[in-house]
Amino acid sequence: MPAIQETVDQVRQIDVDQYKYGFVTDIESERAPKGLSEDIVRFISAKKNEPEWMLEWRLDAYRRWLTMTEPAWSRVQYPKIDFDDLYYYSAPKSTSGPKSLDEVDPELLAMYEKLGIPLREREILAGVEGASDRRVAVDAVFDSVSVVTTFKEELKKAGVIFCAISEAIREYPEIVKKYLGSVVPVTDNFYATLNSAVFSDGSFVYIPEGVRCPMELSTYFRINERNTGQFERTLIIAEKGAYVSYLEGCTAPMRDENQLHAAVVELVALEDAEIKYSTVQNWYPGDKDGKGGIYNFVTKRGDCRGDRSKISWTQVETGSAITWKYPSCILRGDDSQGEFYSIAVSNGYQQVDSGTKMLHLGKNTKSRIISKGIAAGRSDNTYRGLVSAHRKASGARNFTNCDSLLIGDKCGAHTVPYIESKNASAVFEHEATTSKIADDQLFYCLQRGLSSEEAVALIVNGFVKDVIQQLPMEFAVEAQKLISISLEGSVG
Amino acid sequence: MNAEPRILRTQAEETLALEFAAARTQLPGSPAIAAAREAAFAAFQKLGLPHRRTEPWRYTDLRALLRTVPPLAIGTSGDDVVVADLLPGLDRARLVVVDGAFRPELSDLSGLDGVTIRPLVDLLRDGDTRVGQQIAPLNDAVVSLNSALMVGGVAIDVPADARIARAIEIAHVTSSAVASHVRNLVTIGADASVRILETHLGPAGSAYQANIVTEATAGDRAKVIWAKLQSEGDAAVHLGTLAVSIATETQFDHLTLMTGAAISRAQTFVTYTGENARAGLFGATMIRGKQHADIALGVDHAVPNGASRELFKAVMDGRAEGVFQGRIVVRPDAQKTDGRMMTQGLLLSEDASFFVKPELEIFADDVQCAHGATSGEIDEDILFYLLSRGIPRAEAETLLVTAFLAEAIEGLGDEAIGDAFEEIARNWLATRGQEAA
Repeated sequence: MPAIQETVDQVRQIDVDQYKYGFVTDIESERAPKGLSEDIVRFISAKKNEPEWMLEWRLDAYRRWLTMTEPAWSRVQYPKIDFDDLYYYSAPKSTSGPKSLDEVDPELLAMYEKLGIPLREREILAGVEGASDRRVAVDAVFDSVSVVTTFKEELKKAGVIFCAISEAIREYPEIVKKYLGSVVPVTDNFYATLNSAVFSDGSFVYIPEGVRCPMELSTYFRINERNTGQFERTLIIAEKGAYVSYLEGCTAPMRDENQLHAAVVELVALEDAEIKYSTVQNWYPGDKDGKGGIYNFVTKRGDCRGDRSKISWTQVETGSAITWKYPSCILRGDDSQGEFYSIAVSNGYQQVDSGTKMLHLGKNTKSRIISKGIAAGRSDNTYRGLVSAHRKASGARNFTNCDSLLIGDKCGAHTVPYIESKNASAVFEHEATTSKIADDQLFYCLQRGLSSEEAVALIVNGFVKDVIQQLPMEFAVEAQKLISISLEGSVG
Repeated sequence: MNAEPRILRTQAEETLALEFAAARTQLPGSPAIAAAREAAFAAFQKLGLPHRRTEPWRYTDLRALLRTVPPLAIGTSGDDVVVADLLPGLDRARLVVVDGAFRPELSDLSGLDGVTIRPLVDLLRDGDTRVGQQIAPLNDAVVSLNSALMVGGVAIDVPADARIARAIEIAHVTSSAVASHVRNLVTIGADASVRILETHLGPAGSAYQANIVTEATAGDRAKVIWAKLQSEGDAAVHLGTLAVSIATETQFDHLTLMTGAAISRAQTFVTYTGENARAGLFGATMIRGKQHADIALGVDHAVPNGASRELFKAVMDGRAEGVFQGRIVVRPDAQKTDGRMMTQGLLLSEDASFFVKPELEIFADDVQCAHGATSGEIDEDILFYLLSRGIPRAEAETLLVTAFLAEAIEGLGDEAIGDAFEEIARNWLATRGQEAA
């Protein structure tokens, strides 16, 4: 069990509630004035040199947002957010937009190095040995701007566009216009509308017809500045028969106040295309008393627009004070497939309300949901999911499995599935269990000489195995470590 | 929390406000009950009729479904009512409640030695404090409406140690197109054993609305079998609620069979107040045409060592909509709770729908809870197997559907009631396709 021993060792080295990405990078930055108004929207748009249509789009969203009320239906509690007390734009002064690596502020590069993010091409992700042939293209987003995008040239040769969304708006307006807001409409929900008005940066991926993206694409999000909200926007389009695997990672410094992260991610898969989207979410979760941490209110949705297309979401959620997101699949094309694999670990005072929506619209569409929730400390962990078959979704098929594990008697685990079938030939199966680590399993491990921490790590890793297997290898190792760290202090 | 902007009242809500204002002086009860009525109606007005955003009512949008409200039934009418026997062959005592009024002359109380039966009106006049106790924490608009407008029903007291061999039926009958608000109170003493049968019926084609709330308590080690048959008239609205608390080592088995009414909702709330209690909750829905039937369940494991088993089956034909919303709550101290909930829907036609929301809300770690849900049509392979053995299609389908429902019906563990209910299921299947969809 080398991997397990490693996680246990790692856990030992760390004090309770120590978040290893919690440092602040001291870098001069330029911010928009505090608060939100039409002027701020114009300011952001101007900063990004956006064309007129984009500004109009943002302003429409902003006006719409003013008429909306904050949703309150989720099982999370937090003090009211003062949207006028946030900075909506913050950028390192030295970097006005993504450029070549040589021009990037060395301070920033040092930060990414510290985070283990390979910005120098041909470097490999930390933590994996003997994988030197594997390369990952990275788009690094720091507060409100994309700092650098690696491997751009090589990707371009394959016809793949991978760049910051602000760049795409300028360079590829036709594609952006066609797809932006087509999966998550501007009016979708309170936070998506806010994002549409003030989104600052994020990644844009376009895979042309028949192309299998030659490497993994990755975006690394970092919130650095105090009191800023990060509003990233990601748009991924896979044309007919294309394939792409995309990874997303995120961290933030430790701060006493709560910070808002309200992202929108849109995926479009046309005929026979496949998109695999993996997230390791490790925003700062707050300290052991529940102070500080990120509010992660995210709208993620994929549209299987073409026949036989496939979208797969994999997420490992260990960070954030509050996680509130439902990566979803609209299974519009006939024979399209949606998948959702999730591990949500909550400890301390973290609150998680996450799950997925699988909307079966086309014929013979299939979906699969595997969700593993682990609650420890004083946290609350809710799975909320919707599976629906519309009238015309003949032959739709869903299998859902959501299991929850409780560690300690101060936490809560909740399951709220919604199943809506309007088609007789749609076959839906849902199963869910909640339990604690069985005494006999623990006893078995202890009796064979494992310490109780090792035993819990072993059992938990077994519990989440189904999901870990779906992650790209680099992430699987990282995720396993993260889970152990998140559960630190919860045993005994 | 955001203040929910209160939308303009619907026509039905307006009518109810007018009716309550006109009826408040005629409604029976002590001054305390009258004050409780006012409070309940205020609560109802605050909540309004349940709608899509009322989470526990998500799939039964009464604001849209209840366009009008017929006149209230207040202590009158139904003199010439004929009470049909839905369960011939099942021996039971019978308490008949017509439009909310207990009718001893239509009832059969033999074999109930030791059991006290009183019209609920008597309890209301006495200001009996047990009325309203079980439903107090519910915060449900339909229950509040019942508390404001209840006109009667029956109160059954089963003393401690009583063993009542004969099943006790409460037959709820609505005589004409009225809105009736019935309240029953059932108290079962420690170590008692009793079988309760709740039936609901009314005239076909009559757009009446029946709102029935039954409050029950079961004492320590009591054994209770409780079956409900909802066979209302085809144009009716049925809103039935049972709120029961079970104590130490109580064994409570409950079955709901839903087959009548245009719009129906059966809510069952079970609260565990003593350890080592066990509840079995079962349901079978058979609907077709444009019927809408909703079974809602709330199981509150408030103390340790409770067990619950839930099995709900629904068969939808025509354009019918079946709904199941179940919620198991395990409170922080309710360690060693064992809860299992299963819901299965069978869609017999292309246009039928099934909506399920089985919730688990768990705050204790040493528990075993699971739920499952499935939805689909009759398995073609199994059907083929039967067809290939010379069984005609209709018969094969009947066989499979009966077997599907039987699992839930037999879960009750009472052979006589189970057989009678299965007979109803077979009759329903026999008339399949004869009614206009």
